[in-house]
Amino acid sequence: MIALMSDRLVIQSVTKFFGSAQNPVRAVDDLSLTVKENEFFTLLGPSGCGKTTLLRLVAGLESCDSGCILLDGADIAPLPANKRPVNTVFQSYALFPHMTVAENIGFGMRMQGKDPADIEKAANEVLDLMRMQGFGARYPSELSGGQQQRVALARALVNRPKILLLDESLSALDYKLRKEMQIELKRLQRETEITFIFVTHDQEEALSMSDRIAVMERGRIGQLGTPQEIYHRPVSRYVADFIGICNFVSAGSLGLAEDVHIGFRPEDATLLVRDGQKPETDGPVLGGRLHALSYHGAVTYYQVTLDSGETVTVADHEKLPVNVDDRVRVAVLPDMLIRCAP
Amino acid sequence: MSTQAKNMPGFGAITFLGIAFLYLPILAVIIFSFNSGRMITVWEGFSFDWYPRALGNSDLQRAAINSMIVAVGATTIGTVIALCAALALHGDGVPRPLKNASYTMMALPLLVPEIVIAVTTMAFFGALNLRLGLGNVLIAHVVFCIPFAYAPIRARITTIPKSMLEAAKDLYADEWQAFRHVTLPLLAPGIFSGALLAFITSLDDFIITLMVAPPGATTLPVEIYSKVKRGITPEINAAASMLLAVSIFIVLLSYVINRKKVI
Repeated sequence: MIALMSDRLVIQSVTKFFGSAQNPVRAVDDLSLTVKENEFFTLLGPSGCGKTTLLRLVAGLESCDSGCILLDGADIAPLPANKRPVNTVFQSYALFPHMTVAENIGFGMRMQGKDPADIEKAANEVLDLMRMQGFGARYPSELSGGQQQRVALARALVNRPKILLLDESLSALDYKLRKEMQIELKRLQRETEITFIFVTHDQEEALSMSDRIAVMERGRIGQLGTPQEIYHRPVSRYVADFIGICNFVSAGSLGLAEDVHIGFRPEDATLLVRDGQKPETDGPVLGGRLHALSYHGAVTYYQVTLDSGETVTVADHEKLPVNVDDRVRVAVLPDMLIRCAP
Repeated sequence: MSTQAKNMPGFGAITFLGIAFLYLPILAVIIFSFNSGRMITVWEGFSFDWYPRALGNSDLQRAAINSMIVAVGATTIGTVIALCAALALHGDGVPRPLKNASYTMMALPLLVPEIVIAVTTMAFFGALNLRLGLGNVLIAHVVFCIPFAYAPIRARITTIPKSMLEAAKDLYADEWQAFRHVTLPLLAPGIFSGALLAFITSLDDFIITLMVAPPGATTLPVEIYSKVKRGITPEINAAASMLLAVSIFIVLLSYVINRKKVI
């Protein structure tokens, strides 16, 4: 792999073991990837998939068992955390409780021996950027969760790191605040032009914020691509499952002679409830019986047990005139079929 | 709930008797330190006279100075050792069996009867022919100051999240800076509380000091004891009351300081 000018971070065949020598667990398994300059890159996966370990390897909080980590072309794998020009926003924020907000923010620059006047100026600027003017003299215990989150971000950003690492940084916030912070993070990334590597298990969060996503599976990359690629062209059933509710039927049920699983999303199918009703497109139509339905406001989900015994879910914006146990047909949009290895 | 001891009949009365048995003698000492007569059993009227007299007694003065030297010295040395032990044993660096062995070793001065420690220390110093005067007392006190200082420091260190140190290192702090600017300030209440406990234990120690202190190196409790042998006077009561006041103050201070949480 050759590092290009625009490659900020190149991870080459990195492996990290955990556990005892007799029973080693590969948390990160011979993984390689490249993060570009000024990119919002997301590591997505369930807990235990190795995404946080990978982030900690980049931060220097864990050491690789093999492989190298190139930052702007230089191998940083042998460097301790305090010698790496990257900063982390911890899941628990890890603000220093005995320091004020301003002292917390100035900590990194102070440890590097910067001039106190410069530190104060930079701290004020970053507080402005975070819209936290006037909070400098407060202690972390006097702040709300959302405000602590902003201080943690400010404390990392003020050092102008080459990469900002965010470890599940939004998961401690409630739903509304999380939505706000998602927009805020995108704004900050645009304004600061810093490369962000964001770790999350929330596929919605990953899709809405990222330039590219790496879906991780047991220490490896299941798929790497833009949110559109991941969402519409998942390469495996694992990725498809993780990225959203997906229906899977065997190719045989659709009358296809391939040995693959065919997936489609609930919104990529329509429910035909009247006899003789013509589908709007000429994709496959599957017969079945309505098993259950649940109303979610904007959409209603219809769970259908197909004649082949498989169960699929169809989403419709309308509340259709249909009851549980009625015979129905499912028409699938032909260009929205996802082919995955079985 | 009826199975709880506090709900059983007669529990209140027994508790009251127990507390009275423990604290009435102390109360008597304090009350008679304000007696205007020389008798310690007959109340003759209220007076502050014995306090200035106790303070002015040259034997008690010398013993008090010795007590302070030993307590301050043993506390400082013992707390530094306890802090080093707590830092070394915290985290994953030390194998578990070694950790448990270290905990037990450090707690030994609390588990072994004081008289045993006193006799063995005396014999040990004798075998070494160690004659450092007050230094002998200081060394003996350091030994039992360590576990007292260690307990609150260890309790404190376990409440500091690992991410605090990681954040410090992520923010360019080297090992020493992370210790100096993050670990130490967060541990400070535990260190202070441990130091106060060690101080008070050293200040109040009697048995070990009695055995190891050479002539001229007696501390306040031992000096008070030797005076009592010649007859109890309200002067002794006054000295004991002052020692008690200092002890209570320091124990309360230690409790209040360590109550503050990290987060």
